[in-house]
Parts: sequence; structure tokens; C-alpha cells
Amino acid sequence: MRYFLRRALHAVFLLFGVSLLTFLFSALTPGNYFDEMRLNPQISKATVAALRAQYQLDRPLPVRYLHWLNAVAHGELGFSFAYNSPVGPILWVRARNTLLLTITAMLLAWLLALPLGVWSASRLGRAPDRILSGTTATLLVIPELVLALGLLILAVRTHWFPTGGLVSVGFESVSPLQKLQDLASHMVLPVTALVLGTLPMLVRHVRASVAEALQAPFLRAAVGHGIPRRKLLYGYALRAAANPLISLFGFSVGTLLSGSLLVEVVMSWPGVGPLLVEAILARDLFVVIGGVLLSMIFLVGGNLLADALLYWADPRIRTAASAK
Amino acid sequence: MTPLLEVQGLHVAYADRMGEFCPALAGVSFDLGSGEILAIVGESGSGKSTLAAALLRLLPSNGKIQQGTVLFEGKNLLDASPQDLRRIRGGRIGLIFQEPSSSLHPTMRVGQQVSDVLAAHESLGRRTLSERTNQLLATLFPADAARISVSYPHELSGGQRQRVLIAQAITCGPSLLIADEPTASLDPTTQQEILQLFETLRQNLGLAIILITHNPALLASLADRLLVLYAGRVAEIGPTAQVLAAPKHPYTAALLRCLPSDFAKSQGTRKAKLQVIPGDAPDLSLHAQGCRFEPRCAVRMEMCKSDEPEAVAVGERHEVSCFKFPG
Amino acid sequence: MRPLLRVENLVKHYAAGRPSPPKNKFPALDGVSLSIRARTTLALVGESGSGKSTLARCIACLEHPSSGSIWFEGVDVAGLHENQQRLLRPQIQLVFQDPASSLNPRWTALEIVSEPFFVQGRFSKQERSDKACAWLDHVGISRKMVSRRADELSGGQKQRLAIARALALEPKLIVLDEALSALDYSVQAQISNLLLELQSSLGLTYLFITHDFAMAAHLADEIAVMDHGRIVESGPAERILRSPGHHATRSLLAATPRVPETPTILVNF
Repeated sequence: MRYFLRRALHAVFLLFGVSLLTFLFSALTPGNYFDEMRLNPQISKATVAALRAQYQLDRPLPVRYLHWLNAVAHGELGFSFAYNSPVGPILWVRARNTLLLTITAMLLAWLLALPLGVWSASRLGRAPDRILSGTTATLLVIPELVLALGLLILAVRTHWFPTGGLVSVGFESVSPLQKLQDLASHMVLPVTALVLGTLPMLVRHVRASVAEALQAPFLRAAVGHGIPRRKLLYGYALRAAANPLISLFGFSVGTLLSGSLLVEVVMSWPGVGPLLVEAILARDLFVVIGGVLLSMIFLVGGNLLADALLYWADPRIRTAASAK
Repeated sequence: MTPLLEVQGLHVAYADRMGEFCPALAGVSFDLGSGEILAIVGESGSGKSTLAAALLRLLPSNGKIQQGTVLFEGKNLLDASPQDLRRIRGGRIGLIFQEPSSSLHPTMRVGQQVSDVLAAHESLGRRTLSERTNQLLATLFPADAARISVSYPHELSGGQRQRVLIAQAITCGPSLLIADEPTASLDPTTQQEILQLFETLRQNLGLAIILITHNPALLASLADRLLVLYAGRVAEIGPTAQVLAAPKHPYTAALLRCLPSDFAKSQGTRKAKLQVIPGDAPDLSLHAQGCRFEPRCAVRMEMCKSDEPEAVAVGERHEVSCFKFPG
Repeated sequence: MRPLLRVENLVKHYAAGRPSPPKNKFPALDGVSLSIRARTTLALVGESGSGKSTLARCIACLEHPSSGSIWFEGVDVAGLHENQQRLLRPQIQLVFQDPASSLNPRWTALEIVSEPFFVQGRFSKQERSDKACAWLDHVGISRKMVSRRADELSGGQKQRLAIARALALEPKLIVLDEALSALDYSVQAQISNLLLELQSSLGLTYLFITHDFAMAAHLADEIAVMDHGRIVESGPAERILRSPGHHATRSLLAATPRVPETPTILVNF
């Protein structure tokens, strides 16, 4: 238990640090939203000045940070200048959209990577393994951007899938089943892009860890006891290879919000990615900070989850932790 | 009476990085009756672990059985199909590998590891599986079987891990047990306990046991017969008492002389030099003609350089491969 | 005559943070006292967990005892400052059980034995090489083998190398922590002969730690038996072997494997 409290405390400190840095960087970048407004002759100087005072942009930096921190503690993430509404609701909607994509892609990628990696490791060095290794290597080399664009071109040419967006026009007026179908058809391309982007690395890691476990003396002993093949591969080898894979899984969870930015932008998926890009360009301070903070929470949470899973899965870590 | 296990002319080699084969075992033959305990004595490089692995075809990927037969209960294991082989491993022949610390899965409870072996050979319901496992563990751990069953390997001592390996090997009631250096990393008192355990298993279950060791003295009271391995060849095989009291092969005699003498009887021989075998263990990757022990042999003859001796009977189930004993 | 090494009431508690086995509720060393005369061998016999390795490490100044004193040639070693201890280190050397982990496998035999001279900084390259070759020769590693890497040597050769490295600093006391246990018996015989010869020619003192009573009986002038962090019996080897007093000694003796009748001649031809 003490082990967790220490890890959690560490995580909290990390979040503080990140929020401070993000705040500093965004606040210190030249220009702000109101400079743009000032150039607009239709808005009077007085209005601009009033707005600036309202948003407390003329207070010193530390004060602004503390105000913001206080607000966050109460659940308010600030105010978006561009959307003219609180940041919270905007962010949640976008985050939900992103998670829809990334969770689906993560589950698919892992469900495919495990059997592929195990199968490849069990035939190490032989033809099927070499073919798979070649394929994953090629996919790794292709930039995600190219993959996404390629799929988009496919959609345009074949008209099999919609070329962007979350849902089609007229979404509200159709039956629930059709709604689901529509959503699914929009999801196919971005999910495929994400899976193609993450699957190769996962497969290679699973393959490497399982191949190493297959060389271990206890595995040879299990063969000597007549344990059947499937159990050897999954119950013994994969289980022994779990540690690095669990850490990788934590990393997968950690990038649930931040890993799909490129694909979302290319495929016009209304997720956190495009929101962040716009906000940065528009100097929309609180949206940027809010988005980064949320991503960081996921990253840190993912690591914490990995720690927890490792603790549960590996008794040796439990023994070492309780001895401290 | 047909022997339980009959090994004839076994030749095993390992391929090195260049693909060349380097012999590890050459012409190994012996047999084992039901309920008999055979000790295989050999030093590093003698091929004893290779022999244990080869019997069940568990050699690493660069190992190859080039020739020979291994007849177990009348059937040749070297010809067996993969399904038959899997059935025999753990089912009819129990195997105990070296190094109990690394022969157990690190993140599985040991009770589970024992049940898995049983489950692999008999289709039983979960409850029966659990009961049988607990019964078995109770015989090997009379004091705290329940606690041991849910422990992980790193929570157990060396002796306890060894017992778990033994449990795994006997859970399906095999007729033959092969144990590779079962007491190597253990304390003397624990060693004796484990050896006593083997004797009990032989008596209660009628098990035949092959025990591999590098210490001839260890099995002096336990083994019925002793097989001395040198450079992948059988130097001598015979009843333990005879081989230890009056060894025929020069290597056997020299090895026994290396052991510090029975100190209860020694007077004034302490701190005296031990008689050593001059030279080093042979490098099997180099091709050589003639007897492999010849360079270090105190009684070598001319013909030992060019020809390899064959096994010759010198007593009741006692054979020696040395030109000093012409056929 | 003053003993070379004297240990008085040494106590050592297990270091915090290391998971101690549940059965050990006692300190690693619980008031250990012993002494070794120069040019003799003391064998320290005990089961694993009895504290023998901890004692070896304290004597070799690799660990600090929690309390008690260690007198080497009349100087209290345990109470010395780190820098002063360093001056004393060459005089007490340690040879470990597993040469594979105490020797750098990628270094050649020559490099390994030259290293102590290199550290001392007083010798030229040629001098270092000559001295190292002399010691390697002393332990029976021929000129042909000196440029072999450590991982290319056999177990026995590695232990000879470890001994040569220990000898290079011309120590007075060598602590052998289960140094023979991992070797084949024919190799053990060779190395034990080497140790005896070095003792008589160089006037070395040995602290021989083992759980093999047979080898201890063969090499030792005096034997001390350890159990649960304490020395339960000690004295001249003959006496301990002939009439062991403590139950730990007796059970260790009983458990030592021995050949019923060791042959001394080959069968007549």
C-alpha cells in the first residue's frame, strides 16, 4: 500500500510540474488573443481593455497561475476566448470523441499483437516469422501521416468509406441502429490508421519478450513434463514475458488522448487533436493548458496503472516492495 | 527379464556456429531394470547432462542424436511420434532438471505448477486435480503443504524447491525418474534428506531412478549400480560397491583417489597432497584417435593412442572399456 | 605469539531493505570470536545462512560490522577510517566461489592479474606484464594461456586465475569463500594441492570457508563450526573430527558424503 501512495504522490508532483511549465510556456509566447482583436477596427479599444481586465490578463504571471490552480481544484478549467465558453464542456466532448477512436484502436491492436507475436516467436527464424518481421519493419518505417493519407485516398477513390468527420449529415433523424452503422463506418479509416501505426511495434515487442521466455530453463522443464504446446506458449511463456508487455500497455493507455493527433487532423475527426492545434494557433491559453493537462493525466495515469498491474502480476515485485 | 530402459550405442553431437558437429556422447550403452537406482558419475564436459536430455529428446536446437536406440518399456523413444513423446514425458518418465531455482516458473504458484503436470496427462475435474495435488504435496511437505502450495518459487528455500521439482516429476506415477544433479546447490544436511527421499520413493512406488552427479561418494549408499562417464563415453559400469572398492578403469580409480580420504580413519594424511589426475578435461571439439583418457592415464599403452577400447565384461553386470581388460 | 587475525565479539545485523528469509530472526553475526595464527589454515564450516560469508566479508573489509572488533596484526581494522582501511586491503584478499562472476570475462588472464599493479601505479608496462606472468606461472597457468580471455578458460583455470590475482598483492591472509565448491572433484584436488604448496612456499594464512567437511578436514589446522550466526565449536582439526561436541558439528559430519573404502592402488595386472 505504501508503495502505491508513494507512486501516486510522485504522480501528483509530476502533474503540478507539467501544469506549471505549460502555463508558463503558453503565457510567455508572444501575442495573445486580444492582440488579434485590437487589429479589428470594429471593436473599440475600451471593449478590448474591459475584456482584458475581465480575463485578468494584465495581472502578473504567478497570480494568474495561482488563480488558475484554484479554479482547477474546483473543477473549472478556465475560459476559452475563441469559443467564448468554459473550457470544460468543450474538452469533454472532444475527449470523448478521441477516446472512442483510441480505445477501439488500442484494443484491436493488442488483441492482434498478442497472438501474432506469440506465433512469430514460436517459429523464430523460420519463414512465417521472417515474413511477419519484414512486414512489421516496413510498416514501422512508413510515417503515420503517409498511412493516414493513403487510407484517405483509398476512401476517395472507392467510396467505400466516408472521407472524414464523425457522423454524416442527418445523423439525428435516423434510427439507433443506423446511427451505430453510420458512426462505425466513419470510424473504420481512422481506427485502421491508428492500428497500422501501433501494431508493428507491439508485435515486435511481444515477439521479442516471448522468444526470450522460450529460452528459459523453466520452459524446457515444462516441456520435459509434457505440458501441451498451447499451454506452454500462453500459460508459461507469455506469462513469463508479461513484465515488459505490461509496461508497454501502460504506455498505450497513457497515449490514449495524445497519440492520435495526426490521424484526427488528417481525417477531420473532431477530437482533442484538432482542438489543440486550433487553440495553439489562436493563442487560446486555457484550452491549450486544459488539453495538455488532460493528456498528462492520462500519461501519468497510464504509468500508475502499469505499476499497479506489475505489482499484481509479478510476485517478486510484491516481495521486494514489502521488504523496503 | 526385460530391462525397463535399454540404451544402445547412443551418439549425440552439437553443432557449433560454423555448422560443424562436435561429439558429446559416443557409443553410450547401458540398461536399467525396474526399481533399480543407477548413478551416472561424470565431471564437467563428460556429457552427463546431455545424456539426461537426450533420453527424452530434449536437446537444445543445435543438438542432434546421430545414432542409437533408447528402448523404454519395449518401445524406441527415438522413433516415437510427438504425441507419444509428450505423453511419456512427465507421464511415464519423470524428469528433474538441474538448478531448482531456474526450473520453476517465477510467477506461478508452485501448487499450480504441480497440478499443471497432472492436468497435462490425465483429464480430471478441477476438484480432483486439486485434491490429488494436495495429497502429493502433503507427502513431500508433511508440515506445511498448504502454505507451500500457494507460495511462489522465490519464497522457498533450495531444499523446498527441489521437493517441488520432485513432486512435478512423480505426480503422474511414472516408472522411471531421471534426476540431473538433484543435490548440487544444497547444504549437506538437505542433500541427505533429498537422497533419503529418493530411497523412500523407490521403496514405496517401485520407481527406477537415474541419478546424475559429479560426486561419486554422494550415491555410495543409495545407488545399486554406478556408470562412470568420461569424454562422452562409458568408462565403467557396475555394482556400486564393487566399482568403488575395486575400480577397474584407470579414470575411475584416479577420480576416487582425488577425494579427500575418509577423515575418520585418516592419520597424518591431512594436509598431504592429494593424488590428482594430471592435465585437464579433454576438449571434445578436437578430433582425436584412440582412448580419450590416454593423455592423462597412468597405465597407458601404445595401442591406447590409436584405437578406442570396447566394453568388456569383468564381472556380474560389470563392464569396463579399457585395453587393460582384453575381451 | 600474537595471532595474525583476531576477531572479538563481532555482531552484524542484516542490512535494512534486503528481504530477509522469514526464518531468520537473529542477526547475521551474533557475537563471533576467533583467531588465526600466521601460516596456518582455519576452516570455517557451516550451512548456508549460518553467517560464514558475512564474516568473510567483514574480515575482508567489504562490510562494516555493527559492533565488535577485528584485529589484524594488532591493528583494529573495523575501527579504521576508510582511507586507512584501503592501505590495509592488499594484505587481506578474497577468493570467491564463482569465478565467472568475480572475473571480468572479456579481459585476458594477463590483464586481470596486471590490474592490481596498475592500480598501485608504481610500475611500467613491462614490469607489470613480467610480474603478472610470474604469478600466473606460479599458479600453473602456462605462457600460452595468458592471453586467453577469462570466459574461454575452464572452471579450474578461472579459479587459478582468481588466486593469482589475489596473490599479486602479496597478501598475508587469503579468505577463500567456498572457493572450491563449484569445481569438479579432480579439479578440487589440483587446486587444493596448489593452495597447500603456496602456503608453504609463501607463508600464507588461509581462512577457508566451506560447507564440505571433507575438504575442510583435509586442508585445515583448526576448524570452527558456525550455526545461526554463532561459532558453536572450534579447536584443532583432529579433535573436532574425532570427537565433535556440538550437535551442529555432528550433523554436518554425518551428512558429509564419503566413499566407504578409498582405494590406494590400482588393480594388479
